[in-house]
Amino acid sequence: MIGRGILAAVFRRGALSLLTLVLLSMVIFAGGQLLPGDVGRSILGPLADARAVAALNHQLGTDAPPVLMYLRWVGGLLHGYMGMSYAYRSPVAPFIGHALTKSLALAAVTLVIVIPLSIGAGIMAALYRGRWQDRAVTLGGLSLTVVPEFVSGILLILVFGVWLRLLPISANTRPGTGLPEQLRHLILPSLPLVLILFGYIARIARAGMVEALDADYTRTATLKGLRRRAVLFRHVLRNALLPTITVIAAQTSYLLGGLVVVETLFRYQGIGSLILTAARGKDYPMMEAGILTVGAAYILSAIAADMVIAALDPRAKAAQR
Amino acid sequence: MKPLERLARPGFLLGFSIVLFWVICALFGGFLEPQNPYADDLMNALAPPSAAHWFGTDQIGRDIFSRIIAGAAPILSVAPAATFLATLCGTALGLVTGYAGGWIDALLSRLIEVILALPLIVVALLVLVALGPSSLNVTLVIALVFTPIIARTVRSATITECKLDYVPAAQLRDEGALHIMFVEILPNILPPIMVEVTVRLGYAIFTVASLSFLGFGIQPPSPDWGLTIAENYGLIVGGYGWTVGFAALATASLVVGVNLVAEGLAEAFG
Amino acid sequence: MDTQDALRISDLSVSYNATPILRQVSLAVAQGECFGLVGESGCGKSTAAFAAMRALPRAGRITGGSVSMDGVDVLGLSQQALRGLWARRVSMVYQDPSRALNPTITVGAQLMEAFSVLGMRDARTRAELMLAKVQIPSPSRVMGVYPHQLSGGTQQRVVIAMALAKNPVLLVLDEPTTGLDATVEAEILDLVEALRREQGTAVLLISHNLPMVARMCDRIGVLYAGRLVEQGPAAQVLHSPRHPYTARLLSCLPGGGRRKAQGALQTIAGQLPPSGAPMKACVFAPRCDRAESLCHNEAPPARLAGKHMAACHFDPPFPASPDALPEAASSVAPTRVPVLEAVHLSKTYGAVTAVNEVSLRLAAGETLGLVGESGSGKTTLARLLLGLAAPDEGGAILLDGKAVGPTLKARSRAERKAIQIIFQNPDSALNRAHKISHILGRPLRRLAGFSGKALQGALAELARGVRLGDTHLAMRPRALSGGLKQRVAIARAFAGRPRVVICDEPTSALDVSVQAAILNLLVGLQRREQVAYIFISHDLAVVRYLADRIAVMYLGNLLEIGPAEDVLNGPHHPYTAALVSASSAATRIRLKGEIPGPGERIAGCIFQKNCPRKIGSVCETVPPPFDPYALHPIRCHIPREELRSDTNDRH
Repeated sequence: MIGRGILAAVFRRGALSLLTLVLLSMVIFAGGQLLPGDVGRSILGPLADARAVAALNHQLGTDAPPVLMYLRWVGGLLHGYMGMSYAYRSPVAPFIGHALTKSLALAAVTLVIVIPLSIGAGIMAALYRGRWQDRAVTLGGLSLTVVPEFVSGILLILVFGVWLRLLPISANTRPGTGLPEQLRHLILPSLPLVLILFGYIARIARAGMVEALDADYTRTATLKGLRRRAVLFRHVLRNALLPTITVIAAQTSYLLGGLVVVETLFRYQGIGSLILTAARGKDYPMMEAGILTVGAAYILSAIAADMVIAALDPRAKAAQR
Repeated sequence: MKPLERLARPGFLLGFSIVLFWVICALFGGFLEPQNPYADDLMNALAPPSAAHWFGTDQIGRDIFSRIIAGAAPILSVAPAATFLATLCGTALGLVTGYAGGWIDALLSRLIEVILALPLIVVALLVLVALGPSSLNVTLVIALVFTPIIARTVRSATITECKLDYVPAAQLRDEGALHIMFVEILPNILPPIMVEVTVRLGYAIFTVASLSFLGFGIQPPSPDWGLTIAENYGLIVGGYGWTVGFAALATASLVVGVNLVAEGLAEAFG
Repeated sequence: MDTQDALRISDLSVSYNATPILRQVSLAVAQGECFGLVGESGCGKSTAAFAAMRALPRAGRITGGSVSMDGVDVLGLSQQALRGLWARRVSMVYQDPSRALNPTITVGAQLMEAFSVLGMRDARTRAELMLAKVQIPSPSRVMGVYPHQLSGGTQQRVVIAMALAKNPVLLVLDEPTTGLDATVEAEILDLVEALRREQGTAVLLISHNLPMVARMCDRIGVLYAGRLVEQGPAAQVLHSPRHPYTARLLSCLPGGGRRKAQGALQTIAGQLPPSGAPMKACVFAPRCDRAESLCHNEAPPARLAGKHMAACHFDPPFPASPDALPEAASSVAPTRVPVLEAVHLSKTYGAVTAVNEVSLRLAAGETLGLVGESGSGKTTLARLLLGLAAPDEGGAILLDGKAVGPTLKARSRAERKAIQIIFQNPDSALNRAHKISHILGRPLRRLAGFSGKALQGALAELARGVRLGDTHLAMRPRALSGGLKQRVAIARAFAGRPRVVICDEPTSALDVSVQAAILNLLVGLQRREQVAYIFISHDLAVVRYLADRIAVMYLGNLLEIGPAEDVLNGPHHPYTAALVSASSAATRIRLKGEIPGPGERIAGCIFQKNCPRKIGSVCETVPPPFDPYALHPIRCHIPREELRSDTNDRH
């Protein structure tokens, strides 16, 4: 029954996630503000005058006690104010917003390609269990998972961009380009991300499919005299794909990490390359805001996955977590 | 021995050979390199592959073939060290949280969840910006983030084992907690740990290479492959693909090799 | 022209991955008849069922013979025709209904499929009617629920409803009640019997439980190592078996009211031959007392005596083997102080009361049988006594009259030594990473304090005491059979010379012939070491054989405790009466209503919701009186004389 049960579960999940987010913000803050020790010194370098360092620290507000700095930061976040960029001397939030949009586009293209591809491959591997199709998907897919995105990116650029000239190398388009052309430019950058996600999702889809195919309830359905197609679609698939949803959400972490590398390689101004540029320039507020956004995105995807599963799996609906 | 027979499949053997090859390069590179990987020769800069330079030369004329061989050492010292450290800490942590349960488990699980909410690369950037990039710091950061990942696997394997009756049987024998964790439970969870460690090694290599590419990993003038790609990838459009192509292939082969070994172990002992 | 048999299997041979599992099995089930196929684990009975339906898993292959169902040659059918056969003529019900039902589809939808595949339009109405027919209360509500929301017994009823929806010619039941409680099992079997008679369905019942099969079936076939060694009318096979294996199997059973004082159980020497071993001669010869050189050289023909077939060269009677002499059991020496005493033990987990105010005394050297179905709290009680869980405030455990700490941490080594346990599943109880010498050596070292040379000697003696050899000591558990593993578990329990050993269903996971040997071993060890047993089991025949006294638990409460014969024969608690009737051929006593949920609060008598003899409002308001230290207390308002049962338990 939908209603109280689901609401309570969502509430509980939301509260837990909020806790995680808060802890996350503390970790990020500690890493960004406390780890370097003296922020002013780390920006100006070891040879700078002590007074100049002190002045900079005062100007940036980094000479206040850590707890106060943290609370100021969180307070600002709640108002939508993400701090002041050291490098650009202007609010961080618009940069984050713009970069996030671009990264979401790239992520969307990636997911649209990889989810049907990997689930399809996993299902096929399960149906052809033990044969070469299965080994190819399983071994091949998993080998590709560990290839760093910049490595596969380089090789893909060399093959599809330079040698075969099939796809555009640059991820960026001139303003005013139509959406289809913009998306076409995002295909090559999305491929390294597709490759790192494909293997694991395909394997879980395969495992879920195999378990469902071997299950007693599938045998019951077959022995009722149902056609194979009916057995597969009505009985097997739903049970097979439930574990896949959790895995896809978990893979978001690799997707987000991959954005940093891929956006750098393709010079695409998404949130990943924003974080890297901020890191290189020791622009702590920008970096922290970017990382917090990435963390929040991951937590949101986990919640979304849980809710999808709760909607689809009757056992989850009834169970008290 | 059945498991060893199951191990000797083509995938595992291929992976093992690749990894062995690179390990030999890492250990004995000095004897294998035809030329000095650091010697620049500006006259011959950006020369395409030829008889004199099998893989061509880079921007300042260094022999790429020698640099490829020399590049195995840096990555094969940092990644295994980080993985090893993470394995020690992660296994101990996982055993303790899995066996003890209660509030220790709840607290640590929550912390693990927090750390894992961020991609490894991002956490590494956060820490390395503050501490400064160096091989040692990279090793420590990767070990720091891998510890909870390994701990999670060990914990769940431990919890499964604790459901079996030999654990209360040991308690009834007056065995201490340390004995139960390390003598009773650990031998049974070694297979999944072994597989997880090998997989982690692959990801460690992945991460070290990526960090080097981003400029936060192994520092110049090392012939590290990731660094090589970072230094030269702008040249692709100019048609100088060999400056990065071979480094990319080398990295790809190493990680695929490690992963094939991991898969072989999983099939044999899983 | 005679009507075709519902099922006729001729010379059927089946292999798995080139290993022969079934060899030339022939049997026939007439229309409307109930045929029971029995055998121990590994004999191939499930394989026979699946092969008959042409539903073998991927690795299975039919290598010879034929199967015909209602005249139709099953093996020659096309895929489409086979589907038609499955849809219309034959159904199968197997073990574990929770896995047989799809967890993401409602019960109603799954049941309706059985009708819609036949092309029937009013599937919903028919489905509801079918649910009512299998005696599921409020069928229209159940249509919309998911399988995991139902109890095991109800799930199995749904599966039976799906099976009988098509009014099949043949119903195949593969261990349909394993894992279900005794009372639920009895009801399910009664239901199948009633429906079968009503619809005239033939039944092939596969089970390892010989007494259950004997009660239900018209004819019985006995499988051993893939061959049908005996076949005939149930009564004849049971009372006058014509094959040595059947005869020995029957005498292994602790049934027929046997007690341990009357003698040890018979066992079957040796082990099952490994599957796939080539069989030129009689399958059973290596383990048979009657075997002669003929048996080792020539396969026995199937010899008929009327309708009773046996694959043996010789005729009955078959002499008992030399080492099955009855051993006189020494009487239990009475002591003043009970070795173990539980006082007001309770255990609650949140809102759930697992154990409620249980008090009992255990005398040195006696065996207390503890019976009860799932949720009765017997396992929790065992954990409390062992110290693996802490009892609620107000409860106490006394060892030799002295209170011991509530948990293991609070107990001394001597106290931990004194109470040990033998678990049900030896695969879980033995650490698979250790060698047997380590598994047994460790408690000898820790609890008995041996070391060095003395340790080696003690180890050898301990192994000898449970009939383990030196070769076994060097092995790991996975190399041993179930029976051997359980012997190791028993040896381990006795290593520290305990005073009390809790046996938690130690033979439930073992075959009948192995069970007999283990029970004999337990009896022998008890007499030698003067230990007291708390023997937990759901098998009343085993409990009757072994126990001096019996305690009956229900939903965490002790309903009755007293001398074994008195508890089983009566006068006894209505619940005990139901338990006893579940495993006998006499009139079934049915429990009313559903079992109360774990968190439900029940005032008055704990059993009132299910009691078939509830007298009235007193049961709902006043808890019945119960003095746990009386000779045979019964927790019931009904006066004792009226609690006599009409029928005695007699197999």
